[in-house]
Amino acid sequence: MSRRGGTVVLLAPALLAVGATTFYPLVFSFWTSFHDWRLIKSLRPGVFVGLENYVTAFTDDPVFWQVMGVTARFVFFDVTCTILAALGLALLLLRAGFARTVMRTLLILPFAVSPALIGISWRFMFKPDYGAFQVAAGTIFPFMADVDWFSSPGLATYALISADLWHWAPYFAFMLMGGLAGVPPETQEAARIDGASDFRVFLHVTLPQIAPVLFVAVILKTVFALKVFDLIVTMTGGGPGLETNTLAFFAYNIGFRDYDMGYASAVAYVLTAMLFALSFVYIRHILPAKASR
Amino acid sequence: MRTAARRRKMFFKTLEWTALGAVAFAILFPIVWMILTAFKPVSLIYHLTVLFPPTLDNFREVFSPRWEIGGKVLNSLVIATGTVIVAVPLAICAAYAFSRREFPFKRTMFQLILLTQFIPGVAIVLPFYLMFRNFGMLDTYAALIIVDLSVVLPYAVWTIKGFIDAIPEETEEAATIDGAGLFGLLWHVIVPMARPGIITAAIFCFILTWNEFLFALILTRNKVVPLSVGLVSFKLERGELWELISATGILITIPMFFLAMVIQRHFIKGMNVGAFR
Repeated sequence: MSRRGGTVVLLAPALLAVGATTFYPLVFSFWTSFHDWRLIKSLRPGVFVGLENYVTAFTDDPVFWQVMGVTARFVFFDVTCTILAALGLALLLLRAGFARTVMRTLLILPFAVSPALIGISWRFMFKPDYGAFQVAAGTIFPFMADVDWFSSPGLATYALISADLWHWAPYFAFMLMGGLAGVPPETQEAARIDGASDFRVFLHVTLPQIAPVLFVAVILKTVFALKVFDLIVTMTGGGPGLETNTLAFFAYNIGFRDYDMGYASAVAYVLTAMLFALSFVYIRHILPAKASR
Repeated sequence: MRTAARRRKMFFKTLEWTALGAVAFAILFPIVWMILTAFKPVSLIYHLTVLFPPTLDNFREVFSPRWEIGGKVLNSLVIATGTVIVAVPLAICAAYAFSRREFPFKRTMFQLILLTQFIPGVAIVLPFYLMFRNFGMLDTYAALIIVDLSVVLPYAVWTIKGFIDAIPEETEEAATIDGAGLFGLLWHVIVPMARPGIITAAIFCFILTWNEFLFALILTRNKVVPLSVGLVSFKLERGELWELISATGILITIPMFFLAMVIQRHFIKGMNVGAFR
């Protein structure tokens, strides 16, 4: 077998499988997004409608804009809270010591729990009267005693974020610990000798040095936040009203509740476009250094 | 002056330990609560008590013919194992090629593999749903394994490549001189040396597939429903059956905890060289 033949044999199966399971369906749904295809009316794709599905979304469907707002709000708060929590965790656990070794083992656990299960457990724990979180919140803050997190406006998003934070903050803490471990201690000591306080050392010496890792973490968390689906299905069902109805969940509902495949594909593609924009930033910043060998 | 400094140090030490304790509590509480609920008698489910006579009734109930969770355990096992068995060998071959061979559009292909990790599940599952419905493949193991590959295979290629990159090329040259063919080289040199990476990738893939929800929700009906989707079916007129959900939650989660522990040492590496970085 020639060397070139060998390369083809090695690559072809995986590339074909990736192509068939990702790029082919992606092209298919792109094509669908330009057609009128309602499964209730017909099992076959209907007429070509050009950009109509996209035009409907952006100009004719008030729900779409509400969903965009919900998504933006959720992503912003979710990413901010998770990354800040992860940074705090990373700083707390950076130094060695027995307690910290045990803690690092604990930190692996949330990542292994199914998001669908997290959603359903959180729902249980936020239930009025018998939910552990809700009763604790009501005991500490008496004005919250009678709150129903999933039917009164303004709270469901935060319940959702707390679940997503629990799942992802430890993961990103590991990533940031990697970044912090790479900061040469001499730079921090030099600043400390110059009389800088711990906080100033962190702000002016440590933070700039971990900025690249932090940037990667923010991009990735944004991607994961845009993709959140399981949690929403099992925890809030998009409610109350549209409050936690993010783009991914909205597209799913158009497709599998209203059976409007054309419109669902168009909405899914709006989401895909956002994610691809992020991937572009990500690949531009990460790949040159890592994969140039 | 010195006592003030010492007191300050004490204060920060206490603060640090309090924070560590709070974090441990925050991580463990939801898990412990689920375990407690799973062993609670049904009559105490709506009470916050932690003192109760533990019972196995909830586990007996989920395995009863009424809920048949045993079948769902089997489905989850078949789907996750099947996906890993297909993905890992393909990924080893491709990862080796990306690591050691030169070919046209190598960089572009690699970027495309990375790009797949950004595709939202909804955009992929719509066409798959339509396709599998036409082929009469809805509610089959094959359908789920195929769709799960879209998530797992690119990730495995990217992760395993990172580990193969770390193997010195000289080890290979020695084997090539000994006359080993391409697959002999892979099997006898690369696989053993990249074993930690391959195991890490396989376990990550297994956990991802085992916990996968969106694809299974849409592509299964009753025959091949996995545990993750089975969770949402514990509903009656009186509402969700939290005790049964918790018992099933334990069945889903505990095996994944053990797997995560196995790769603990490689956890960070698995994610650092993996698709997520």
